[in-house]
Amino acid sequence: MNKIVFSIYRYNPDVDKAPRMQEYTLDNPEGRDMMVLDAMLKLKEQDPTLSFRRSCREGVCGSDGFNINGKNGLGCITPLSAAGLKGGKIVIRPLPGLPVIRDLVVDMSQFYTQYEKVKPYLINDGKLPPAGEFLQSPEERAKLDGLYECILCACCSSSCPSFWWNPDKFIGPAGLLHAYRFLADSRDTATEERLNDLDDAFSVFRCHGIMNCVAVCPKGLNPTKAIGKIKSMLLNRAL
Amino acid sequence: MVLNQASLKRDGVQDYVSLRTSAIVLSLYTLFILGFFLVTPVVTFEIWQALFANIFMKVFTLLALLSIAVHTRIGLWQVLTDYVKSASTRAVLQFFLYALAFGYVAVGLFVLWGA
Repeated sequence: MNKIVFSIYRYNPDVDKAPRMQEYTLDNPEGRDMMVLDAMLKLKEQDPTLSFRRSCREGVCGSDGFNINGKNGLGCITPLSAAGLKGGKIVIRPLPGLPVIRDLVVDMSQFYTQYEKVKPYLINDGKLPPAGEFLQSPEERAKLDGLYECILCACCSSSCPSFWWNPDKFIGPAGLLHAYRFLADSRDTATEERLNDLDDAFSVFRCHGIMNCVAVCPKGLNPTKAIGKIKSMLLNRAL
Repeated sequence: MVLNQASLKRDGVQDYVSLRTSAIVLSLYTLFILGFFLVTPVVTFEIWQALFANIFMKVFTLLALLSIAVHTRIGLWQVLTDYVKSASTRAVLQFFLYALAFGYVAVGLFVLWGA
């Protein structure tokens, strides 16, 4: 049996004056690797007051985004071995930059507000309605690869310093990935309207290419590349 | 471009282009000066003065100074809007930093064309 020490952020605004780190110890059978989420569920058996979100436990719902040893990721698809040990412990904190509701549960309102701004749905003026479904060529469909897979876990946006400093003005990597997903969609006819909404000094151009979003995305997506494409579209339109 | 850079409201595309073009000018100027020191075995006052007596060098230096002013104006605005959340404090800081950037250009002008 291996003993693994966890140091977990605890904060209940109704009771606590300040956040604190609480240590837990978990027995892990020799040679067995479990996911961080599985370990946390076992810790919750020890201490039912420990709060965190989780749902699908297979990297699809995006509920269990945590800061694990300083790097954002999904607990359910991060093995303890990959999380590594920081000072002999596994340190788990809430996603940075977002208000804490309780323990590891964060208020994602700002994140969703920015997501809503990009109108994350297909807009078609219906001037050339197809007889049946909207058809796309394989090439047109391929443009959406690497964009539509985003699960809105907020690991990227909450690791982005530009989003930390201006969460009310900068859309953030997740929102911009979705913005480009619809800008790149051959069936969408609101390209100009979408670009007009993004054409200011903050919404897109606050991205300085730090690329934390790329480093942490649990789905292996590249928001920086999508943001670069939006910048090119805005630039081409202006020149 | 000049009018836009002087305006209070920032324009994302304009700033993006201005930052990059000014960075290109500054890189070229830096490379030129480095190249000058590399190919000139001994840099005396006369050689240095002769370099800056050339009208091409004066214009290139003025362009570099203006690029510094544009680059710092946009860059500092971005840094200040990140870290200074009070609009009045930011306005005061911006005023002094922009005045300093302007001072560099003015001093450069006097150095280049004065005496």
